[in-house]
Amino acid sequence: MESIKDRVAIIGMGCTKFGEHWDKSFYDLVIDSCYQAFDDAGIEPSDVQAAWIGTNNGYHRGTGLIPLHLDNIPITRVENACATGTDAMRNAAYAVAAGIYDIVLVSGVEKTKDYGFSGLPVSPPSYPEMAMSQTRPAVPMPSQFALMANKYFHHYGIDPKEGKRAMAKISVKNHHNGTLNPLAHMRREVTIEKVLKAPMIAKPLGLLDCCGVSDGAAAVILTRPEIAEKYRDDYILIKGLGVACGDEYAQTRPEFDWTHWKENIVASGRAYEEAGITNPREQVDVAEVHDCFTINELVTYEDLGFSQRGKAIEDIDSGFFELDGGLPVNPDGGLKSFGHPIGASGIRMVYEIYLQLRGKAGPRQVSDAKVGLIHNIGGWPGAFTSAIGIFGRREH
Amino acid sequence: MIGIRSWGIYVPFWRLDLGCVRKGLKGERAVANFDEDSLTMGVAAGINCLHKIDRGSVDGLFFASTTFPYKEKQASVTAATALDLNTDNLLTADFGNSLRSGTTALQAAYNAVVAGTAKQILVIASDMRIPMSGSDLERELGDGAAAFLISSVEPNVKIRDGFSVADEILDVWRTDEDRVVRSWEERFNLDQGYFRVLPKAVSGLLQKNKMTIKDLSIAVLYGPNKRRHAEMGKRLGLTPEQLEPSLFGIVGDTGAASTMMMLASALDKAESGEVILAASYGNGADALLFEVESKTEPRPGIQAYIESGNVLQDYMRYLHWRGLIERVTGRRRPPIPSPSASCIWREADQNIRFYASKCGQCGTIQYPPNRICHDCKAKDEFESYRLSDKKAELNTFTEDYATPNPDPPLVLAVIDFNGGGRTSLYMTDKGGKELSIGMTVEMTFRKLFTTEGIHNYTWKCRPVRFSGEI
Repeated sequence: MESIKDRVAIIGMGCTKFGEHWDKSFYDLVIDSCYQAFDDAGIEPSDVQAAWIGTNNGYHRGTGLIPLHLDNIPITRVENACATGTDAMRNAAYAVAAGIYDIVLVSGVEKTKDYGFSGLPVSPPSYPEMAMSQTRPAVPMPSQFALMANKYFHHYGIDPKEGKRAMAKISVKNHHNGTLNPLAHMRREVTIEKVLKAPMIAKPLGLLDCCGVSDGAAAVILTRPEIAEKYRDDYILIKGLGVACGDEYAQTRPEFDWTHWKENIVASGRAYEEAGITNPREQVDVAEVHDCFTINELVTYEDLGFSQRGKAIEDIDSGFFELDGGLPVNPDGGLKSFGHPIGASGIRMVYEIYLQLRGKAGPRQVSDAKVGLIHNIGGWPGAFTSAIGIFGRREH
Repeated sequence: MIGIRSWGIYVPFWRLDLGCVRKGLKGERAVANFDEDSLTMGVAAGINCLHKIDRGSVDGLFFASTTFPYKEKQASVTAATALDLNTDNLLTADFGNSLRSGTTALQAAYNAVVAGTAKQILVIASDMRIPMSGSDLERELGDGAAAFLISSVEPNVKIRDGFSVADEILDVWRTDEDRVVRSWEERFNLDQGYFRVLPKAVSGLLQKNKMTIKDLSIAVLYGPNKRRHAEMGKRLGLTPEQLEPSLFGIVGDTGAASTMMMLASALDKAESGEVILAASYGNGADALLFEVESKTEPRPGIQAYIESGNVLQDYMRYLHWRGLIERVTGRRRPPIPSPSASCIWREADQNIRFYASKCGQCGTIQYPPNRICHDCKAKDEFESYRLSDKKAELNTFTEDYATPNPDPPLVLAVIDFNGGGRTSLYMTDKGGKELSIGMTVEMTFRKLFTTEGIHNYTWKCRPVRFSGEI
């Protein structure tokens, strides 16, 4: 297997404000994010030779990009649950690295606020097996992650109250970062007390341990480095990509202890190997991780090697992942502040890293960020798709 | 000799406090949870009855109820599948439309075994009748089930004889479209129905066997309420000691299962040599005569079920469970689509029999069943392994307060089975219990949901109802 390192460059990106866009359609979000990316890259839509669209519940096949009128180029829809956006980018990157295409577009989009309820459907219609058969119990997402929270605390002998407080700190951090980001959906500070007192959703996860549901879209233009130079000096490079998919081990294998997700370990291992990272805690400068629920961010610290096993809470308490800490995580506010328009989230994470590595993140800029990581995970325990992307500055 | 080899009852976890139904009412009545129906309760009674008995040795299943989940589709077949009986060689029938359908099924099973049609027939009686809100029946009706194994193999209780009377009357009834029970004026129902007809069956049976009422050790009698049940005992000349107590005030009139549940209670207490009469009523009456050959190890009875249940003090919740009120349960779109009949059929072993796969190479137990072993990757080399009768340990769980559930919270559990295998499923009948990692749970057959005319059954777990071996 070859490495993707330094073979694909990002020359332009766009990202809409995330939120309740009652006045915008799926197509509006596509147009706004993609034209921002075209402008940012300094390309014309007609320069795009192939496109990928990542959407979980949105338009089938490539029809989500119809409003761009891209003149019969190939368009492929990627669906990989909450890791959809990142995996769409991965597929596009491989096509670019192979030299088949020079300039491609990746669009991540989700329009969730037309469903008529808050939250996501118990079993989204895009899970064909469940939608068709409906013979087995559907399990809501907060419950899926609450299973881990309870067992993680139990496994390490952590007082559930202490565990809940540690999760609350993640919520407080991400909400704070979100106040510094004009594109975030929820831009308000929360306190530990407020998080602890929020209505219970799935014990022990309260309302403020869960991310919101938003509309949003983000887009990225990929090319090869030698072409990128023609468009801008400060392009960024893909240093490593990793995707891993579970086979439902969590709820089928008695030896599984709920303190980690294997998919994260495998996917990040592959990406680290490509990027040449051996000590992620030291070598990664900034990370965007999938904080759909606070417990997931907590465990991800350990799965990605940012914290030692069972020691994430120590790092949370020391402020290691805060904006001015040793490894700022979710500087843009994360899913906690952005909400989770499923297909868009992965590309939104890339957008933040794209800003951070180029020193364009404004008040939330992480000083001298050279290596950035995104972590995007979708599915359910033991049956996740975990997608990792590692990015670096051009000179790095 | 042909008779009863084993029996078991089922009383739902919840009992509705009658005081929350109407001020001044006292006592309770057993109410099936939102995910139960006559079929699932019948399966629960069947599991109790078949305790320690080889499921493959049962060659018939008769199911009696007036509240079958389908009008056209046999409950006995679904029950047989859930009980993992040998459906490739099984006599099944549903007995319905009368509160005496339980005793009628028992007689029919006896006759079939006498005739040699089958060796062992499981007879299940189960009912979940819905009283009209505000009616007197709200105090009397209850939900429950009983099961008896009629057998030519090692029976403990001899079935001596039966006598039936048919009687045309509209006293208590439902049309094919009624959900709630209708009844005529009580004076008429008693004088021209219950008090006139049930004694005819009792005296007919006694005369046929050249016996008097004094020859009976115990009489098990159907009753429409506590007072009339006691009055019937007096009218028949029974002493209070001879009359098996009714279940009013604690379980209620469980319809087709009523006489059967009381019979099980009587048998639990009976000593060898005792002669027991059981008489049911409904468009006629059945009277059956039993003789206890040997004392049997008692099954968990009414008391055990009562002690392991809980009292529901929320009338609105009960009405919601029965579909008598529409209640906001949260907005979750899209609505649950209809399950696919072909999927239900294809997945019957997995979902209804609750079969795991056991790898023929490495022996690992896996649920849902795998064609390719998730450990050693052997392909298409497995045997089916029943999980419904295994207890399990709670590995992790959560209580979900956001997802609509008629008996909140929705409890999602990951469990490790004794003997191997892990799965995740819903927990039910949590009641007020505190859950903890490591606690023991057991399996219970429930209805996942009903939509567009399709009942979708599944296995859930629940905190164990009885400690020790049952």
